[in-house]
Amino acid sequence: MSTGSILQANDASAIVNTVKQVMHPLFDQTYLLQYLIKIQALYACIPPAAIQTLHEKLALTEAQIKSVISFYSFLSIDYQGKYRILFSDNITDRMAGNQSLFHQLSEAIKGADASIDFTSCTGLCDQGPAMLVNGHAINRLDTQRINDIAQLVNNNESLTNWPDNLFKIEDNIRRGDIQLNARAGDGSGIKNAMNLGYQKTLQILQNSGLRGRGGAGFTTAKKWQLCKQSEAVQRYVVCNADEGEPGTFKDRVLFNSSAHSVIEGMTICAYVIGAQKGFIYLRGEYLYLLEHLNDVLQRRREAGLLGQKILGKLNFKFDIEVHLGAGAYICGEESALIESLEGKRGMPRIRPPFPVTEGYKNQPTVVNNVETFWSVSRILLKGSNWFNKLGTKESTGTRLLSISGDCERPGIYEYPFGVTLQKIVEDCGGIETQAVQMAGAAGNTVLARDFDHQVSFEDLSTGGSFILIGGNRNLLDMLTNFADFFKHESCGFCTPCRVGTSLIADTLHRFEKGQGCSGDLQHLKKVLKLMQKSSFCGLGSSAPTAFLNVLENSPDVFDCGMSVESAEIYFDLNAATAEYKKITEPGEKGI
Amino acid sequence: MPAFKIDDQEVEFIPGQSVMQAALAADIYIPHLCFHEDFKAHGSCRICLVMQNGRYLSACTIPAVEGMDIINIRDDVQEQRKQLLELLFIEGNHVCPSCEKSGSCSLQSVAEFCGLLSPSLPFMYPNRSVDASHADFLLDFNRCILCELCVRASRDVDGKSVFGISGRGSNAHLVVNSADGKLVSSSFEKTDRAASICPVGVILPKHRGFKVPIGKREFDVTAINERRENDAG
Ligand SMILES: Cc1cc2nc3c(=O)[nH]c(=O)nc-3n(C[C@H](O)[C@H](O)[C@H](O)COP(=O)(O)O)c2cc1C
Ligand code: SF4
Ligand code: SF4
Repeated sequence: MSTGSILQANDASAIVNTVKQVMHPLFDQTYLLQYLIKIQALYACIPPAAIQTLHEKLALTEAQIKSVISFYSFLSIDYQGKYRILFSDNITDRMAGNQSLFHQLSEAIKGADASIDFTSCTGLCDQGPAMLVNGHAINRLDTQRINDIAQLVNNNESLTNWPDNLFKIEDNIRRGDIQLNARAGDGSGIKNAMNLGYQKTLQILQNSGLRGRGGAGFTTAKKWQLCKQSEAVQRYVVCNADEGEPGTFKDRVLFNSSAHSVIEGMTICAYVIGAQKGFIYLRGEYLYLLEHLNDVLQRRREAGLLGQKILGKLNFKFDIEVHLGAGAYICGEESALIESLEGKRGMPRIRPPFPVTEGYKNQPTVVNNVETFWSVSRILLKGSNWFNKLGTKESTGTRLLSISGDCERPGIYEYPFGVTLQKIVEDCGGIETQAVQMAGAAGNTVLARDFDHQVSFEDLSTGGSFILIGGNRNLLDMLTNFADFFKHESCGFCTPCRVGTSLIADTLHRFEKGQGCSGDLQHLKKVLKLMQKSSFCGLGSSAPTAFLNVLENSPDVFDCGMSVESAEIYFDLNAATAEYKKITEPGEKGI
Repeated sequence: MPAFKIDDQEVEFIPGQSVMQAALAADIYIPHLCFHEDFKAHGSCRICLVMQNGRYLSACTIPAVEGMDIINIRDDVQEQRKQLLELLFIEGNHVCPSCEKSGSCSLQSVAEFCGLLSPSLPFMYPNRSVDASHADFLLDFNRCILCELCVRASRDVDGKSVFGISGRGSNAHLVVNSADGKLVSSSFEKTDRAASICPVGVILPKHRGFKVPIGKREFDVTAINERRENDAG
């Protein structure tokens, strides 16, 4: 564990020096987010003297710096305590009992120099409930672990001294197919590409039919070609490791178990498009992978697979830098990711222009998912036929699924596209499965009667997540969880998503309290459809999917949350008069 | 010149123009709030959405392309705009009868044009403040629709970056760049472009209350769809 103790933020001149050290030697605006992440880790907040120093050295206004801080969940102006404890709050964590564990710990560490809160899915759904302590992940929480953690916090034990076994994260690879069973990443894929030349390499990728694994399913060869064709001063390769889709954790496992392959895929891309610089945008929740990744990058430099003169070729130089995210799902959207890489608020950009023509620093940029690059490393070794003989016409090859929820064997499964939901549910030991939630909170809710459908771009597409919902669960709880997620993660830029996600959350919480009414459902449908049609980016247009699926296919789910079925709208007299009561009731202070 | 169609009317364009820019040049009104012809397109309000090939796209962000067939004024498109406007109204606190901007307010006027009379969704009644610190100008954040016109004007024209957006999602809000966050401590001046750009009643000049009576205000005289963009002060 690398985390030292938190520094006191009361000596301004010491802060100024520390912040200067953090910025040294680049003093570069586009690193603002990376500096802020480091400062937050040191002080458990961004102290005023730090903002002042960043302002002076980076030629940014204080308001600009504060607005960046306010955008990322893991950054804060306020002091968060020696221990910042964040419980993962995906629906799978809730199903595994995270709420009561949260309350248990809150009670147990009252008065300690700590803060405790919830955060969006941390990507440990196969081994939840999970939490982050100062950014470091702890899995398999139960009352025993919570007791141990409470004791460590109350004893003021430095995180460095916490037992290692708390931080052991598992890979849980359950089913391998051609890709997981192949080995790659030792440089032979790059060698093959270099021998073939970029045109033939692109041809192999084209023939393989590989489509992006991050969600949208754009043909990878085409994306690289478009980037290569664009006028450029520089071109960039970006690996999207934001993995924010709740329920997805395959990218984490790929980095942990075969980072070499992913980086080899990026290097092949750099060779093809002619890039000298690459980034891995690693979600802040995966902080514990940072050291490992930097280690692998260093070893590859030493082996001549990165850096100058790659594999002895004089004019092929390419290097990769890891940038961290700081708790913002929207930063998985490729244009928001690029803004974030440039050190700014992760706001999606107007598209077109797409990143392949104007990406990082407005230069042509390929953004691909971790798994996409990983597959490239294999295809360049084994050939396109090896890959495309499996799968379906429009979705060739195999892909990784992150399986969690109510099943006996959660973890990573590799399947050829075209596999039915039924087969997957059986393989992982689904327990009285009533529904499967595909593609995180933004995907389809598929009821058991539709399990003959297939996983593929033609039928049911997924960014990789596959959450099983057992028969004893209430789908309304799942929807409420998703509503909170979207409200929290909307970037707030466009009208339909900013206001719509708020409205959805308000409505579902009314149903949760049994105060829903029929008028609510009509409003809800209207707002959901509006968001689908009019949102600025994929977050707002895909967020309504699960809600609309359930409203259309299983509307009785909402019945239990209805109070007055005939009423058009619900009116809460107590809430409406609360302010007035505060003033008028005896014993209360008036204005 | 290449051309495309808006509601069956032929519109010529210069390559590089957006659908909105081409429409304005041809004197065709597409309702909008965050777009302004002096500034780079923004795309946040979504009011200018039009239908192309069965899909909704925002006219301010899509490049005009030869042969496009755009639907602008039709009931289903206007209905989407109405719903978006409704979201903007319930999100803030818009008490039109007592607002100095009433009658010259783009939000109000566009709503009238699109046929939104009163919202049906529950109001959110956010708790937002007023900044009256400046001698010449008032900021009433209750009415902010986050169009970022003031942000763009102050940054790109005045070269000051007095305004910015802070927070995320439903917490996104306008902030003033000064030590205490107050307008008076910023470099804002009444001659700034940002001082006259707000389409709603957030950035208001003081000492002018009801100088122009209701009924004789900008859009009372010329409806928003009949007016050229830069006619207003
Ligand atoms: C809200 C939102 C979140 C996204 N999150 C991710 C993500 O975490 N990882 C990812 O690879 N792609 C994500 N995407 C998709 C990316 O925008 C982009 O399409 C993808 O990284 C391209 O890589 P690919 O072609 O290899 O799939 C997200 C998209 C949206 C709209
Ligand atoms: S849909 Fe709009 S508010 Fe939602 S994340 Fe995208 S740009 Fe932001
Ligand atoms: S203050 Fe006015 S101009 Fe500025 S963002 Fe708000 S509504 Fe737009």
